[in-house]
Formats: sequence, C-alpha cells, structure tokens
Amino acid sequence: MKQENNKEHKFGMVIDLDKCTGCGSCMVSCMSENNVPFKEDESNKKDSITWMRVYKLTNGKSFPDTETAYLPRPCMHCAGKGGHGHSPCVSVCPATATEYGHDTGIVSQIYTRCFGCRYCMGACPYHARYFNWWDPKWPEGMENYLSPNVSPRMRGVVEKCSFCYHRYQAARDKAYHEGRNDIEENEFQTACTTACPAGAIVFGDLNNPAHKVHQIVKPDPHPDKWNRHVVGKSRNPKVFRLLERLGTNPKIYYLSEREWIRRKGDNYLDGEWDKIKNHHGSSSHG
Amino acid sequence: MDSALIPEGAKRCSFPKFAIGIVIVGAVLLWGVFAMGLIWWKGLNQTNMNDYYGFALWIWADLAVIAVGGGAFFTGLLRYIFNIDELKNIINFAVIIGFICYSSALLILAIDIGQPLRGWFIFWHANVHSMLTEVAFCLSAYFAVLTIEFIPNILENRQANKVPFFRHLAHNMHGIMAVFAATGAFLSFFHQGSLGGVAGVLFGRPFAYREGLLIWPWTFFLFTWSAAAFGPCFTLLITKITETITGKKLVKDNVVNLLAKISGWMITIYIIAKIIDTIYWATVTAPSLGFNISHFYTNNGFYGYWILITEILVCGLVPGIILIMKSTRENPTLRLIAFILGVIGICLNRWVMVLQVMAVPVMSFDTWALYFPSWQEIATTILPVAYGIILISVTYRYLPVFPQEAELNAVEPAAETE
Amino acid sequence: MFPFNFEWAWDVGHAIFFGGFWYAISIMGAGMAYCILKAALDTMNDN
Repeated sequence: MKQENNKEHKFGMVIDLDKCTGCGSCMVSCMSENNVPFKEDESNKKDSITWMRVYKLTNGKSFPDTETAYLPRPCMHCAGKGGHGHSPCVSVCPATATEYGHDTGIVSQIYTRCFGCRYCMGACPYHARYFNWWDPKWPEGMENYLSPNVSPRMRGVVEKCSFCYHRYQAARDKAYHEGRNDIEENEFQTACTTACPAGAIVFGDLNNPAHKVHQIVKPDPHPDKWNRHVVGKSRNPKVFRLLERLGTNPKIYYLSEREWIRRKGDNYLDGEWDKIKNHHGSSSHG
Repeated sequence: MDSALIPEGAKRCSFPKFAIGIVIVGAVLLWGVFAMGLIWWKGLNQTNMNDYYGFALWIWADLAVIAVGGGAFFTGLLRYIFNIDELKNIINFAVIIGFICYSSALLILAIDIGQPLRGWFIFWHANVHSMLTEVAFCLSAYFAVLTIEFIPNILENRQANKVPFFRHLAHNMHGIMAVFAATGAFLSFFHQGSLGGVAGVLFGRPFAYREGLLIWPWTFFLFTWSAAAFGPCFTLLITKITETITGKKLVKDNVVNLLAKISGWMITIYIIAKIIDTIYWATVTAPSLGFNISHFYTNNGFYGYWILITEILVCGLVPGIILIMKSTRENPTLRLIAFILGVIGICLNRWVMVLQVMAVPVMSFDTWALYFPSWQEIATTILPVAYGIILISVTYRYLPVFPQEAELNAVEPAAETE
Repeated sequence: MFPFNFEWAWDVGHAIFFGGFWYAISIMGAGMAYCILKAALDTMNDN
C-alpha cells in the first residue's frame, strides 16, 4: 500500500465570528505548537510573527450602536485563480521554496530553501507571511518546551501557518500503520481548532461531504458565474471569504449572522454591497 | 605621477587633486561598506523594513538603477543594430554607466536577501513562473554582456593597448559588438519587463495588478519601454555632470541632441501608453476588484494624487515635450531640466510600483503602512552612488571614454603673426 | 537550471525560459571564445 492517500483532500477551515470572543487562545496554541519565535518586546506588530493573528473589527458606529467582532486570520492556503494552485505567493517565489500541495490544498513553506527575498510577503494581501528578522531565541529552559515535530526557523527566511502539517503527517502515518487508506476527520485537526474554547473554528476536508466544514460551507462545485477566477464559493449565505473578488480562492471561510461583518470581508464600490448582499458569497458584482 | 596611464593628448587634473577627490568619495563608500557589513553580520533587523514592507528602499533602488541604466542597452541597440553612427561618441560612457548601475543592482540584491549565502538558489531551484527568477537570470546575463562591452574600452588604456594580445582582443571585440549588443537588447527586454511584471502579476494587490498579454501584465511592456525612454536621459544627465565637473565639453551637441530627440519621442509614446494604462486600471481593473482610485491616493499624508500628477505629467509629459521640440531641445537649460525631470519621473514611477504597493491596505479592515528607512539602508543605497562616482572618475582619467574629447578640447594654436 | 535539478520539468515553460537563457549564454560564450582565439592568432601572426 502506498503511504500517499489516493484521494485528493482540500483541507480548509470555517471560523464562526459570532462565536469568537477574541480571547487569543488560537494564537497562543499556534505559537506553542509551531515553535514560533517571539521578541522580548512585542509591541511592534509589524515585525512580530503571528501565524494566527486575531484582528479586531468594529462596525464604525458610535455608542450605543457600536459593535465589535474578532477575526482570526491564519494563512488562507489560497488555491489561486481558478483553483489551480497558483496562489499569490506560490506563483511568485523565485526559488520554489513554497509549494501548493495538490493532494492537500496546503501551501507549504520550505524553510531551508527560502533565501529571504520576501516577494511572497509582498504578494500576500492577507499579511499571513512573516519574516524572521532576528535569530529565534527562547528564554533559558524554554527550549525544552519546543515541539520536536516542527523545525524552528532560522533568521532570514519567511514562515507562515502550515495548517499544522506535522499533525497531518502523524495522522497519515498512524493510518498507514493501522492499514487504513485514509485519515478520519478528527485525526487531523489544527492546534488553533482544538484550542478554541468557543468551538468557533471548524477544520476538515472541504472535498469530503461527511466533514463538518463541508456541511457548513457547502462549497460550490462550479466556478462563480460572475467571476470565473472564483471557485469553491460558499453556498451558505452567511459564509464569506476574505477578498474573494481578487480570485485568490482562500480555504479559510468565515461565518457570521451579522451583515456588517460579512461586508468587511471584501471591498465594494458604492451601492455594490446592497445589490449582492442577499446572494450567496460576495465575489459577484456588476 | 600617473601620466603614463592617461590617454594621449588628454588633459587631466594633477594626481594629488584626483586622489583627494577619490578619498573623499571613498569615505562615503566606506560608510556604505560598513553598513553593508553590519547587515550581513547582524541580519535585516538592521533595516526599518517589516512584514508590511518586505520590499522597501533597496528594491526601489534596484528598480531605479536598472531603469536609468537602460541607457546602455538602448544606446547600444541604436548604435550597433540600427547603425546610428553618431552615437559611437557616447556609447562607451553609456556602457560604463550601465555597468555601474547593474553591478550596483546586483550588490543591493545581495544585501537585500535574508540568507545571502543561499542567493544561488534563485538559479539552482529556479521557479520559471516567477518574474523575479526572470529578473535574476536576465539581469546577471546582461551584466555579463555589459562587462563584455566594457572590456574593449579598458583594453584601450594607453599601457594595456601596448600589449599586442589586448590590442587585438579589443579590435576583435569591437568587430562583433553588434552580436553582443543584440544579445544585450534581448536580455534587457526581458529583465526590464520582468521587473515591471514583479508588481503587475500581484493579483492580491489591486494597486499593482494589471491585466496584460498572455503571461505578461501591461507593466512588463511599460517598464521595458520606460527604461529605454528614460535611460538615455540619465546617460545624458551624467554626461552633463561630468562635463561640468571636468570643465570640458566631451560630447558634441549634435550627438546629445540626437539621443535627446530619440529619448523625447520614446518618453512621449511611453507617457501616452502610461496614461491609457492608468485610466484603464482606474476605471476598469481596480473597480472590478471593488476599489475606487481614491482608495489608493487618499487617507494618508504621503501617497496623494500629487504623486500621480508629478510622475505622469510634470516628470513625464513635460520632459517628453521639451525633448521632441527642436527649439526647446536645443536650449541647453531646458534640455537639462528635461533630463532631470525625466530621471526623477522614472525613479518616482519605480517608487510607486514598489513602496506604494506595500503601503496600500487591501483588506477592508487593514490600515495604511508608512515606512522610513534606517541609516543602514540609506548608507547602503548611497554606497553605489559613491562607487559610481569613483568608477567614472577612474575610467574618465585613464581610458579614452569620449572619442570627441581631443577634438573638442584641442589646445588652441597660438595666433599666427603676419 | 539544469535537467538534473530537482525542480526541472520537461515542459513548455522550462523549454522557453531556459532555452532563451542558454541561447544567450551560448552566444556570449561563443563570441568571447572567437574574439580570444582570433586575438591569440593575430598576436602570433604579428611575430
């Protein structure tokens, strides 16, 4: 039996923004799981590494109508225009140091091949990619807490969320040893998913109708009829993706009952949102 | 002291005066080298770049020097392929300027990468679909072409030329220079273009993203054309500066005016294309992605509409018109103003296509990001300028760079008496 | 860069990109070889 799974996965996530309390557990668990280095002073967020970053959104209204929401943002693992795997970052990397896994839908980063040109960072509109400006340093004794399954990164390379790929590898190995062809839904869950106390994050295979993520997202098997670059659009009217109109085709979906939050997912010209807000997804226009 | 090396019949300042000049500029160079050492030793934390500004001052400097260095390939193309004979009087200098620009670009790239020892990965593990890969390959190869074009001039040094092998080598290289020039033009077309493509393919960045032809966004063609258009402006500007510093006329006005006229037409055609591109982007491309043009130019103190107007009209259309009209072109002051505006314009375009791309927020809840370089970044960007001044000084002093120099600066014969 | 590199693929993209690159390098190499050899011959003929 080949260890590679025969079936093509498309791992993705849906985050319920109405459940997210902005507690930051996902960020902490991610840093801890993936040996993400930190600085002594983390006040400058523009050069600190947060594979998972929680953004604060507000509806822009003054008291007493003010509403706040939190939006966790991991790497979007974009499938690129048309979903062919040419994600914004993968297509630009000059040294093939980041690749799109067609068997998993995961965008990987090969740290030992990255030479730190940072073109991928410029290409990513989500700021999901981070550069190691410093050598990674942990307070004395803390090295003992590092995960042995994830290699720490060196100064001068780019890193980002891997969808806890090492967990996928471990799950696959386990299935292989047990003579199974494929992994179960609960065998591969990312650290942020398992850490979220509100259960706001649902992770799984978007290609598998038995998986919860698929059932919530209901990805459209056909390209968007208004924008041929957009594929896998959600057929759930409460679900949206960030910057869907650009054709990056992220595999992170967001869920919210609140219209103002869904509107924040993309950019709209005056009047556009009102025309399409009741249609599913947000990439349609014109 | 070094008179044996100075071209025959040419007048140069005394060696001590020359040496003092080199030492002063050399001090600036050393400052840059020190900053470069710091960066290589301590890493890119020595810069003010951050995760929003992965590309910053250096990438701008790279794009700018390559754009203004485009004078070398374009003048070479005109001289050797289109056989415009007058340009033989400026081609050596154009090549030297190009050589300085491209070697500087390669040096800056070597500083700019996070893992300099892995720089060769871009060749070894090449992703042929990345515009940056195309840049690296064509830029390096074209630098080899420039070196080849520079060699004959070096071998024409008075002492080197006494060696028969060198004399023959220089002669033979001149003989087939058209082949090298054609290769240079081919490589330049692709690397200048792919530098434009670097920004143009970023479909996640609506400010930069452009549609295009096949795999090439319109910025690919705009960058190539603009480098060919504005490159000669830089060549002529540096020529004028060299003439001012040396106090000598080095290139005849008819040569300057000819190249300026070609440059003027190239600039004007480019600006028309650029205006069309801008209008299409502002009214079709960006709106289709949900962005009004005002999104890119307001809400911050720096990137206002002024930058668009300055780049396209003041530093694009104006120099173009000055250089195509005979009366203004042949006015030395206006001509010089046009060169200066042109160089500013092309550098501003490269700034916008690097820095503003990084500054504009894309996610609706993101914010503008502004940046100011650290002294290490500034020093390493000034380093190539100091290096360029030194190389021009040395080549001007010891090599027959300007074929018309002797004729234009002949020692006046004493007035004959009846 | 070379067919024995891990990333190499025998596809149109690689053929065009590296075809152009090696073509340019070959012309430069051949041109320089010609100039150097001819210069050596010319020098010998001088003597």
